[in-house]
Amino acid sequence: MWEYTKKLKDLFLHPKNVGEIENPDAVGEVGSIICGDALRLTLKVDKETGRIIDAKFQTFGCASAIASSSALTEMIKGRTLDEAIEVTNQDIAEYLGGLPKEKMHCSVMGREALEAAIADYKGEIIPPEEKEKLVCQCFEVTEEKIRRVAIENHLTTVEEITDYTKAGGGCGSCIPRIEEILKDIWHIKMPEMPAVKKKLTNLQKIALIQDVIEKEIRPRLQADGGDIELIDIDGNKVTVAMRAMCVGCPMGGVTMSNIQEKLKELVDENIVVETE
Amino acid sequence: MKPIYFDNNATTPVAPEVLEEMLPYFSEFYGNPSSMHTFGGQLHRKIEEARAKVAGLIGAEPEEIIFTSCGTESDNTALMSAVESYPQKRHVITTRVEHPAVLNFCKHLSRKGYRITFIPVDNSGRLDMDAFLKAIDDDTAVVSVMYANNETGVIFPITAIGGMLRERNILFHTDAVQVAGKIPINVKDLPVDMFSISGHKLHAPKGIGALYVRKGTRFYPYIIGGHQERGRRAGTENTASIIALGKSCESAKEHLDKEADYLKRLRDRLEGALLKSCPDAQVNGDTENRLPNTTNISFNYVEGEAILLRLDEYGICASSGSACSSGSLEPSHVLRAMGIPYTAIHGSIRFSLSRYNTEGEVDKVIEMMPPIIKELRTLSPYGKEESRKC
Repeated sequence: MWEYTKKLKDLFLHPKNVGEIENPDAVGEVGSIICGDALRLTLKVDKETGRIIDAKFQTFGCASAIASSSALTEMIKGRTLDEAIEVTNQDIAEYLGGLPKEKMHCSVMGREALEAAIADYKGEIIPPEEKEKLVCQCFEVTEEKIRRVAIENHLTTVEEITDYTKAGGGCGSCIPRIEEILKDIWHIKMPEMPAVKKKLTNLQKIALIQDVIEKEIRPRLQADGGDIELIDIDGNKVTVAMRAMCVGCPMGGVTMSNIQEKLKELVDENIVVETE
Repeated sequence: MKPIYFDNNATTPVAPEVLEEMLPYFSEFYGNPSSMHTFGGQLHRKIEEARAKVAGLIGAEPEEIIFTSCGTESDNTALMSAVESYPQKRHVITTRVEHPAVLNFCKHLSRKGYRITFIPVDNSGRLDMDAFLKAIDDDTAVVSVMYANNETGVIFPITAIGGMLRERNILFHTDAVQVAGKIPINVKDLPVDMFSISGHKLHAPKGIGALYVRKGTRFYPYIIGGHQERGRRAGTENTASIIALGKSCESAKEHLDKEADYLKRLRDRLEGALLKSCPDAQVNGDTENRLPNTTNISFNYVEGEAILLRLDEYGICASSGSACSSGSLEPSHVLRAMGIPYTAIHGSIRFSLSRYNTEGEVDKVIEMMPPIIKELRTLSPYGKEESRKC
């Protein structure tokens, strides 16, 4: 059970500014039903003063997502766009008397919808997030978002990044990448590189690759109903075939690069993994 | 406000007769059953009486029952005992929809180098028997399949699975915590070797469980220490709770048939009415083979935690498979394994009833639910038909 403040519960049970403005001057849409929360913000803006006359929201999500959305609309009504853009996710959380740390991503969603709406009003086109720039595939979180939220909220651990952006909260395969981003932002010293690995004979290498696939990779895939079969090893080129649930899985690309990373880490950094 | 408690697969209230039975064993008869003096030693007999009652519920012999601290301990003990007893075998079979007590223990075994096969289920939560048959091999140490799923109530074909395993001499464990006391079971006719029971799922207190181990099954203890439970589970006996579990099994057996009918009638009325009054709702799981007390309904396009908190305002207790109510960001592993779309998983609500629920309570939920769903849909950007093409 989450510890919600009275203010948050009030706004959840009796949300203000619910709905959709007809012929809005600005629309901001963020999130998706797959990820578990989505927010559609519509604004009426006075063209001369740039003041937000009305703001309404529609939210699919939990109590804190609904309350954060409602809080946002309350906070920005009557402000000019330039004033409104100053509202941070921390301000939204404070307005609610605080959010459980695992729910901070709800306030971030509010802030993002506001940014999207203001960009929409100004006619700026936010380029659609390119798939390859995504750090977290499960919740579609970009590196840019992780960096921005980390800096704005002084986040230094992966766990905090997950609480604020959801990144890393799904399959967890992006956690090393999030660690790297955090190290880069806060200039945390990289650990010493491990000692150079001993050169392996071909037979040793083949045995080691088999061992890593059998002990490290297969059990994880099998836990999600998938499987893999080692087909061939030619120098540093490892050919595998995806089996069971992995066949046709949309996450196949991610899985393949994880397998390659694992083999690079444990066997040889020049290994390239290919599918049959 | 007295809660309307429809979350009995999570835990149940302690029955009044059970509480009464256990109370003297805290401060009046507080002795240690292992003591030589009569004051303590006499409790040994009470524990054996309780053991006979637990055995009686499932048709076991009293010496086949080991008392544990909970369902999780029973599950862990069964799996650990199996792999310790057959150290040369390195393969374990389970399902993708098990309780974390089994699922995460298997993942732990996987990290120790065991090969684990997780059998998938279909859209109705039914086990893929072909995949199961293919997975069995000479290396398989144990198969662990839950008797019924806690989230959907779907009952698995334990007799059929056990039959196949018996032919091949493979150990079979079933996590039956959701089943014991809800449907009639006789282990004499059931080809299982180990069977987990949890006290607080059948009106005994939390902190007590039992593991049935068929006579002749190789066994290795999980908790090692004193001679208690004939050396199969060390630690001074939780006398009061053991006596409580005995009593709760006795009353479960007494009421079993009548209670199952009663629960099924309440559940079917609740389910039928909600499906009728709430558009875009569906039942998750095979309704043919299902516990009589459980229904799992998805209210599409609304989020489960929001539904639960609105229900909470009326003192109605239920649970959800949505991500936001799980404490992690991942929604229910059971519904995902069934391939239920995310739009439905996020809005899934489980109602699970017990003998203490009434027609009046069902009426109240039938009355309160539709306006909650309707209002949350007006809040949602997916509330309207045409906005759902996402």
